[in-house]
Amino acid sequence: MRYVDEYRDAAAVRRVADAIRAAVTRPWRIMQVCGGQTHAIVRFGIDELLPREVELLHGPGCPVCVTPVELIHRAIAIAARPGVVLCSFGDMMRVPGSDRDLFAAKAAGADVRVVYRPLDALTVAASEPTRDVVFFAVGFETTAPATAMAVHEAARRRLANFSLLVSHVLVPPAIEAILGAPECRVDGFLAAGHVGAVMGGDQYVPLAARHRVPIVITGFEPLDLLEGIHRCVLQLEQGRAEVENQYARAVRASGNETARAMIERVFAVTPRTWRGIGPIPASGLRLREAYAAFDAELRFDVAGVGGREPDECRSGLVLQGRIKPPECPAFRVRCTPERPLGAAMVSSEGACAAYHRYRRSESAWRPTST
Amino acid sequence: MATDFDLSCPVPLAAHERIVLPHGGGGRLTRELLDKVFVPAFANPALDARHDSALLEAGGARLAFTTDAYVVHPRRFPGGDIGTLAVCGTVNDLAMAGARPLALSAAFVLEEGLAMDELRAVVASMRDAARACGVPLVAGDTKVVDRGKADGMFVTTSGVGIVPPGADVRPARVAPGDVALLSGDVGRHGIAVLSVRDGLAFDSPVESDCAPLAEPVAALLAGGVEVHCLRDATRGGVATVLNEMARDAGVAIEAEEATIPVSGGVAAACEILGLDPLYVACEGRMVAFVAAADAARALDILRGHEVSRGAAIIGAVAEPGAGGACGTVALRTRLGTRRLLDLLSGEQLPRIC
Repeated sequence: MRYVDEYRDAAAVRRVADAIRAAVTRPWRIMQVCGGQTHAIVRFGIDELLPREVELLHGPGCPVCVTPVELIHRAIAIAARPGVVLCSFGDMMRVPGSDRDLFAAKAAGADVRVVYRPLDALTVAASEPTRDVVFFAVGFETTAPATAMAVHEAARRRLANFSLLVSHVLVPPAIEAILGAPECRVDGFLAAGHVGAVMGGDQYVPLAARHRVPIVITGFEPLDLLEGIHRCVLQLEQGRAEVENQYARAVRASGNETARAMIERVFAVTPRTWRGIGPIPASGLRLREAYAAFDAELRFDVAGVGGREPDECRSGLVLQGRIKPPECPAFRVRCTPERPLGAAMVSSEGACAAYHRYRRSESAWRPTST
Repeated sequence: MATDFDLSCPVPLAAHERIVLPHGGGGRLTRELLDKVFVPAFANPALDARHDSALLEAGGARLAFTTDAYVVHPRRFPGGDIGTLAVCGTVNDLAMAGARPLALSAAFVLEEGLAMDELRAVVASMRDAARACGVPLVAGDTKVVDRGKADGMFVTTSGVGIVPPGADVRPARVAPGDVALLSGDVGRHGIAVLSVRDGLAFDSPVESDCAPLAEPVAALLAGGVEVHCLRDATRGGVATVLNEMARDAGVAIEAEEATIPVSGGVAAACEILGLDPLYVACEGRMVAFVAAADAARALDILRGHEVSRGAAIIGAVAEPGAGGACGTVALRTRLGTRRLLDLLSGEQLPRIC
């Protein structure tokens, strides 16, 4: 398949791995922010191709994982109301709240439907005018433009039976929070290519300068990831801290202006709590006042619905790169995809799910260095 | 709510009080349902063998017996319909026991309001598929339920077949050194259904691989290939079949990613949707475990039949102590690294981004 096979070419991958080996002189810890990249790394065994000096840390870039548990409960509570259709990305279906997930809510009678894009939920609203259609809007800057488009369209078409449960989060504040933590151990970042395609590379320039940290916007295929790591290692070895764009085939410095304008039109920046991590200032999106009529939390009055994180779940530490999933005592024992304690065990971008699915034994991973 | 848990710990979700959709996905939750509900209730040697068909002895003959329900939505998809599936699926379950299909039965649950033309079309598909397999449909039943009580039409077929003398095809025979052959490219059926179910239009439409496998199986056996086990890759795809075989036979399996055929259309659709083609459903593909000495000949025989022209050797059963744990499947990736090829909980879900 064009545009995929060439980025999975074994010989090319080995060449870049060799170049990393030749460049590295001392230990470096590089965090990939994006959960999609984490899955690619664990699935393809990219970490096994690296020299011992380069340690990969998994970051917070799994939107499903960081959606606060109370929002899952609010989604379930809204879905349980008569006349409601809750539309969700498939990835959210298995995410556990305190005691149930959306599959369980569906089995108990709620009308929960998996959609591929927010506009599909709008189509449901238009074709079933007597139902209240709620879209569970989860995701980073990557999916925010499509959500914004759906709200914009709903307003234009006066679809009063459509609303959003918004849980959009932003990448730069999360990187800032990780870098600002006293226990931060990250030397360099791979930033997610998809977010870069929307927001551009320039948004990372102040971060890189302020914290003296290299940030390489990187794609998702094995060759992309190794090239991103190579560029990051070269910067670290040379004492540089710049924003670089490995994923130039998709990312421009200014991003996608149309998509950014749509986000800006519909959403305002807001503080948000990240599941397992805690509150991060200015790290989320909320609907602007002009679109408040489409806010499902207001429409269904669920602000009082809460939920509690299982005490034993350590996915917050996993999401900050402070431990690897097998270092959690519950991993594979009391936490499995069938009996998850946290979202990271079931999300297709969760690090715990990646290790559970792809790593063949307890020895097939490298303990987090201290 | 159960109270036998520490109150600080939430009730585990898999202590399901109701059936959830992943129970039907063919993965771990389906297996849990079998292990905890069905097998304990009906335990007997034929069932406990966990074969696609039960093997029974009657009057000196060895019979294979199987049943399967079909609830596909939409009922018509590129490459077939629910009728084609209902015949091919059951014929294939018989073939996976090494059996020659003898006869089928069919039960229809029809929803009030179903168009008569659609029923006729499905019945015609079943007639054509049964003819192509050379198997008569000898018994049936029909029920009609109120509108809203069924999704248009559910079809259940059962089949009985005769196992030829000398054939001994069952999971327990899979042994270290056996070679695994796959009869063709994977994931076509799942993507074909998805493309019409969700209105996803792809540049190159993917047709279901739905087809009977009885002929190539008969040819393998007639050709004297030492066939140890056969299993068709349906829901859960080829990855699930390999895992089932590893568990049911108590062996470790090593597979080679680069050798597993995936068509360009399926690969592209999977990339877009975030699905792994190795877990996407097939309806006309099987994995054959054969003695290593017969592997090359088995490949030639399979490639001699239209339905298995794309056959390939995809892996082998590991020697004990060679690395993989019993009951697991290891995959050598295109990059030369190794990873677990695990059983999923339920169906794959399209990811967010």
